[in-house]
Amino acid sequence: MQCKKLKERVSLLVVVLLLCSSTKAENKINATTDTGGGGGAPPSGYKIVTFNWQHVMNPYIISVWIMVASIAKMVFHMSSKLTTIIPESALLIFLGLLLGGVVWAADHVASYTMKPTLFFFYLLPQIVLDAGYFMPNRLFFGNLGAILTYAVIGTVWNAAAVGLSLYGVYLTGLMGDLNVDGMLDFLLFGSLLAAVDPVAVIAVFEEVHVNDVLFIIVFGESLLNDGVTVVLYNVFDSFIAIGGVNVTGVDCVKGVVSFFVVALGGTLIGIIFAFLLSYISRFTKRVQIIEPGFVFIISYLAYLTAEMLSLSSILAITFTGVCCQKYVRANLSEGSATTVRYMMKLLASGSETIIFMMLGISAVDVSIWEWNTAFILLTLLFIAVYRVIGVVTLTWILNRYRVVPLGFIDQVVMSYGGLRGAVAYGLVALLDENRVKEKKLFFSTTVIVIYFTVVLQGCTTKSLVTWLKVKRSEHRDPLISEKLHGRAFDHILSAIEDISGQIGHHYIRDKWENFDKKYISKLLMRKSALKSKDQILDVFHNLNIKDAITYIAEGERRGSLAFIKTPSALQLVNVNFNSNKQSEDEAPTSSVLREDASAICLDMQAVELRRKSLRDCEDVYTHHLLQQYLYKPKKQQKYNYSRHEVTSNEDDAQEKEIFEKTMKRRLASFKSTKHGVSQSKKLAKHYKKDPSQKKRSDEMLSNGGQLVFHDPEFSDPEDPCEFDVISNGGSNFISNVARQALADTCNGIDNLVFIPEEETVTRQALPPWATNNDTVALSQRAQVQMPWSPNNFRRLMPLRLSSRSTDSFLLADIPVPEEHPLSFLPEGTAL
Amino acid sequence: MGAFHSRPDENDIRHLAEKTGFSVEQVEILHRRFKQLSRDEDTLQREHLYGIPDLECNPIRTQIVAAFFDKRNFDKDSPQGTVQEIGFEQFLTVMSHFRPLKLRMTEEQREQLRLEKLQFLFNMYDLDNDGKISLEEYRHVVYELLSQNPQIGNESAAIADAAMLEAATICMGQMEPDQVYEGITFQDFLKMWTGIDIETKMHVRFLKMDNTTLCK
Repeated sequence: MQCKKLKERVSLLVVVLLLCSSTKAENKINATTDTGGGGGAPPSGYKIVTFNWQHVMNPYIISVWIMVASIAKMVFHMSSKLTTIIPESALLIFLGLLLGGVVWAADHVASYTMKPTLFFFYLLPQIVLDAGYFMPNRLFFGNLGAILTYAVIGTVWNAAAVGLSLYGVYLTGLMGDLNVDGMLDFLLFGSLLAAVDPVAVIAVFEEVHVNDVLFIIVFGESLLNDGVTVVLYNVFDSFIAIGGVNVTGVDCVKGVVSFFVVALGGTLIGIIFAFLLSYISRFTKRVQIIEPGFVFIISYLAYLTAEMLSLSSILAITFTGVCCQKYVRANLSEGSATTVRYMMKLLASGSETIIFMMLGISAVDVSIWEWNTAFILLTLLFIAVYRVIGVVTLTWILNRYRVVPLGFIDQVVMSYGGLRGAVAYGLVALLDENRVKEKKLFFSTTVIVIYFTVVLQGCTTKSLVTWLKVKRSEHRDPLISEKLHGRAFDHILSAIEDISGQIGHHYIRDKWENFDKKYISKLLMRKSALKSKDQILDVFHNLNIKDAITYIAEGERRGSLAFIKTPSALQLVNVNFNSNKQSEDEAPTSSVLREDASAICLDMQAVELRRKSLRDCEDVYTHHLLQQYLYKPKKQQKYNYSRHEVTSNEDDAQEKEIFEKTMKRRLASFKSTKHGVSQSKKLAKHYKKDPSQKKRSDEMLSNGGQLVFHDPEFSDPEDPCEFDVISNGGSNFISNVARQALADTCNGIDNLVFIPEEETVTRQALPPWATNNDTVALSQRAQVQMPWSPNNFRRLMPLRLSSRSTDSFLLADIPVPEEHPLSFLPEGTAL
Repeated sequence: MGAFHSRPDENDIRHLAEKTGFSVEQVEILHRRFKQLSRDEDTLQREHLYGIPDLECNPIRTQIVAAFFDKRNFDKDSPQGTVQEIGFEQFLTVMSHFRPLKLRMTEEQREQLRLEKLQFLFNMYDLDNDGKISLEEYRHVVYELLSQNPQIGNESAAIADAAMLEAATICMGQMEPDQVYEGITFQDFLKMWTGIDIETKMHVRFLKMDNTTLCK
């Protein structure tokens, strides 16, 4: 296994190597031919094929890099062991280093490095947008105080402490002679290294699954500290530009003021654009195809606008995502919302992959390296130590005010989660070498710090989390009762705050929700969205759909949908719906529930047919089913192209038709239950004389025949246990019957019941699916083994239980309730 | 009723603070609020609570107000029935269910607190005090909870049913076909809440600062 992997890797590398070297070679050749032949010599004649490398070079190289990165990611994930030990980000950095080495070996120039513009304009925005758009808002705003404390005070502390300490050590002469102006260079360096990096944090912590509060604090800090970093960086950079001695007190005050302007301004831009985006998404109903585009383009505009105004662009795009999510999700159609979701994830994880790979590649460049052991080691040490000090101090302060204090373990993880990443890289690459003389040293140190934190801390975070037994987050299906209790909770807590006269967290949230409901939602949401928008309903709906899908999928897996009709699938948990004494209209429902007798459909033949040509039979049935119910669209041949439309209305019509047909069949089968055996006899007539189908139809029919035969004995609705007993094959009687049935089929005679009919059979050489009979025989396998345990299948039930339900199946069943109170239970047995 | 006179003396306050776990300042603040709500009476009536303007848009305010007058929540001796008016001590006891966790607490204390909090919640659902949340009771609460949205109003019964079935599945597991699930007992209720640390969620920050003047 390992060997194979290695081989794959090697072959991949070889491909890449070839590609790179060939492109380089072509590059040179092209260059020479260009200079040689570009002067005057007219083309010797018309060429059918020309090689235009220069023409496509840039997009080509970009595409190849993206492809390489994606393939690498794919390869990493082939072995699940590898990615659990080493995080993907670290693997990508290693791969980058390798590829960088290859490129370097090919032509001794690091041709592909990550330029800051590339990073800040084309790679970072989507990652941050993704983070904002999928931000768990409640958690985020609930912990906003803590997040801001860490993001602002923590970052300033880190920058100042690291910078000043390095400066102090520099003064002692331990680092040797550095070409620096003074303290400001160190402070600048400290500030660009201070910020915890969102990309690295997401990459590592997403794989670890720590508990929500811990995650949101580390993650929120990494997002929001951008404002601080940008300001610190700009301030120190401009201080260096005007010269350390010329900096006055006024400048310092300006620096502090600019922090507020940059951070709040960025946030404001984000909110404005979020508003704009939500408002636009209200009117995109008729241009559904481009609907998702608005989300991306407007968010990106927010980013660029903030950048243009030299405000914090990360904050801007974060808040665009955070603020618009509620309204946009409500407004977009389901398809568009899915598109946005996938697109967002695609872009984010794609650029994350590229960033880490580029971080590796960019490091392979001898010309940018400058080694200073003391400086690098001390930086690593200071960063780690001050992070711990900062976290512990701030947590101590915060815990005095927090209702749920952050424990020791949380603090360890938070200290350890101080990953530095591509933002620091981008900032250090932006440095002006004329102003900051030691750019090379700073650059090398930054790269080492990034590698150290991402690779070493990234790899060990998981084991640390396990070792410390950090509370993990659980991923489970949202339960409807949980949602209900949660809702009740909110109301209770805000009510208690109202009564006790406190203006607290819940009070504010409650007021905001009311305000939002009264004004903002009305302005920003479509009317239709406004109506149906409720989370509980959403959960309810989703759960129902999910259950239905699994149910159907399970049925398909087992070979037939027919099992839906069998009664035992509908044995369910008996909630005592009778406790409801007042409302009489509930009575039918509860009686339906209580009489969930399963006993009618019992197919003895099936027990042993299983051992026989079961597969064969089912093929026929499947074919039959498909023929009859999933017939081809009539206009399939017509080539239908439209740029503005993806859905075709034919589907709807067809679905409706299928639905109606199914309903008709279901109703018909009711009557047949009532009228007894006539239908199956009729079936027998059709099949009897068809020689090619004989064997198969015999087997199929034996179902029906057996049923008729045994029906009187088994159809005791009062005894729900019967089915279980029988399907277990536990009783002697049953095995006897089964043996009998086996003997029957062996003789080529299906069933005694049918024999007298044989004379009156009309010769109809119809295959089973071409008959007019609407009933579908049950799939044997589905009958033998119930595919879905009734208790698992719980959420679909309420729809049927509720008398007010709009479930179409129930509605369709309503016309015959008095004939058969178990309206949805036994009709399937009426073959 | 252990009612207070308009000026509670030091001893009483300290006694109450010990009993309910509030700090002395918090008790004083809550007392002031109590007075404000009851219009300087010694006892508080339902109308007083209904009169709080902020509470008006709360869909389940009937339940919440009822919880204040429910003997189960403050009277350990005879936990049955309801009363018409409550004194400050009762008010404080009900409030104390929403006290946040202390920094240092043993596991047992935590567990105890959790049980108390859940019992309070359970009582809110269990309207007829028979130790079971029947479907009818559940439907009632869900209906009120969702009454703000006219769209789901109709679905609320179905949603309550779904939640009930969910509860039944969680608590009873695989049920025999003829078994009947009567309602959610407190034990079941506990089971449903496992994994959700209610003790960290069900709390209100009781400030030491007095801002009753800001509230209407």
